[in-house]
Amino acid sequence: MPKMIASRLLRLVLTLLTVSFATFVMVNVLPGDAINALIPIDAQQDQEFVEQVREEWGLNDPMLVRYGRWLGNAVTGDLGDSIVTGQPVTAEITHRLPITLEIMFVAVGLSLLLAVPVGVFSAYREGKRPDRVISGFAQLGLSMPVFVTGLILIYIFALKLNWFPATGWNRPSNGIGPNLKTVALPAMSLAITEAAVYTRVLRSDMISTLKENYILSARAKGLTDRFVLFRHGLRPSLLTLVTVVGLSVGTLIGGTLVVEFLFAIPGIGRRIFSAIYQRDFMMVQGITVLITAFYVIVNTVVDVAYMVIDPRIRRTN
Amino acid sequence: MSESADLGVVGNQPTDDGGSESAGRATRFVGVLKRMPWLTKFCFTWLILLVSAATFADVIPGLHDPDYQGFIFGDGKTNDGPSASHWLGTDNVSRDILARLIYGARVSLIFAFSGVAVGVTVGCILGSISGFLRGFVDTSIMAFVDVMLSFPALVGLLFVTTLLEARGLFVLCAVTAIFIWPRFTRVGRATAITVSGQDFVSAAKAIGTSRRRILLREILPNVFPAVLAFGLVSMAILIILESTLSFLGLGVEIPTASWGGMIAQSRQDLLINVWPAIWPSVTLLMTVYSFNNLVDWLRAQTAVRSAAV
Repeated sequence: MPKMIASRLLRLVLTLLTVSFATFVMVNVLPGDAINALIPIDAQQDQEFVEQVREEWGLNDPMLVRYGRWLGNAVTGDLGDSIVTGQPVTAEITHRLPITLEIMFVAVGLSLLLAVPVGVFSAYREGKRPDRVISGFAQLGLSMPVFVTGLILIYIFALKLNWFPATGWNRPSNGIGPNLKTVALPAMSLAITEAAVYTRVLRSDMISTLKENYILSARAKGLTDRFVLFRHGLRPSLLTLVTVVGLSVGTLIGGTLVVEFLFAIPGIGRRIFSAIYQRDFMMVQGITVLITAFYVIVNTVVDVAYMVIDPRIRRTN
Repeated sequence: MSESADLGVVGNQPTDDGGSESAGRATRFVGVLKRMPWLTKFCFTWLILLVSAATFADVIPGLHDPDYQGFIFGDGKTNDGPSASHWLGTDNVSRDILARLIYGARVSLIFAFSGVAVGVTVGCILGSISGFLRGFVDTSIMAFVDVMLSFPALVGLLFVTTLLEARGLFVLCAVTAIFIWPRFTRVGRATAITVSGQDFVSAAKAIGTSRRRILLREILPNVFPAVLAFGLVSMAILIILESTLSFLGLGVEIPTASWGGMIAQSRQDLLINVWPAIWPSVTLLMTVYSFNNLVDWLRAQTAVRSAAV
């Protein structure tokens, strides 16, 4: 297992290098000069001044030199300064990341809370009416774009019932209650689609698990259905679900971007959105690398979690 | 397994009995349609309606101009309810919602179809090569795919489309194609590995068939169905992606009608008139649902068939 983790770490580093370099190339090849973000267009008449700023920010160096410099700083934990605000990128990230993470975790938690019992029950009643109804709803949930779900929730719970605010964010330091109120709708918009995916995955794995002989013998021993389902059936059926949860971090990143846009939440997704608009390349670069790192790390953890869940895999490796 | 072996043989035969075979195929197709559950029938009909409406939008008699803002010239009301001339009412600048829905379908469908087309083509070819040849080629292709997959696609899309500043439908499709092919390649490769291990491939190798010929005649035709099935799943995902981009204001440029754009625009007047938000949302939902439902049904069909074999 240490060998496997080491190779995973190597791959993580390689991926990060490639992704950061690709972003860097993209920034430099595509139209849109960073100088426009630094100096207003009408102040660019003064060629000397423009040159001076270019020199100051190192924009005249060849691309590889600049990438090397960025990488050298990044290794020490310095992702550069925002071209627009002048603030360090890392400061901005540490300020905003907790918001995005909170939404994501609450969303995953909510969907698992919904998906595990529903998925197990659906598999237990395979082909019967409850299963068909659940599958129908799962198919519907799967077809809901995040922004449509969000709008429906806003319309019902914020505009009509006034239970939750339609937009904005309360940090936990303002109290847990107000914080939870602002996280509820965004997390729910993300959770509905995810729950549908999770339910389907768990259902199909559970159905094949329930056909195993040890389930039959557990039943034959006279154990209650619930005990058989949750103590004997659930754990071996979790494998695909765990993978999908790991992979869904990727979709969730996209989803939080939409949700933060929709609910006007000052998270990382909204920041990268505005950074792209402002041509704030340092910010885009930093956040992209961070997101990629997060995604790859989560999926590495998932691969390790496999072995914890299913001893059979531990043995074959 | 025997079915796939048959496929390889049939492909090599001259199709002199093509006429009767295609007739048989047609009756079988109708039979399959009849056996659909009612919901799937409904979804199928909806998709056919949608595709034909989008295709023939320009020649549908009586369909309004999707960009005509009548209220400027005094012959249209904004936020109007359904009426004889505007079946679904008008939006907040008095454009006909039905017309915009139909023209918006065009954008969605072209986007999704082109993405799937690129994905299936690249996925089949690269996946087959990767899965059949293995070794160094496989490792390098897959390393590239892995990197592409860990790149946050939505961020990349936003980035490229913003910086290009010109967001025609063609540019959007092209940029999406860059981010769509890795998943297809994964699917193609996984299938190619399974196919490569089968007896008819070993047989072809044993009689000294060249690797190129095996790749073209044995691997590719058998990888194609799996990748195509994934393509159908992707239709739903791509339609959602397109509408999300338009919703964020990064899809096709306004005033071109798109479902996401319509929803974004109606958002401001949600409390005044909720219909301009409901119509595109329902259309979008029904379309995505129809694709998902159809795919699930197809999957159940093929599962039954392979179980029967």
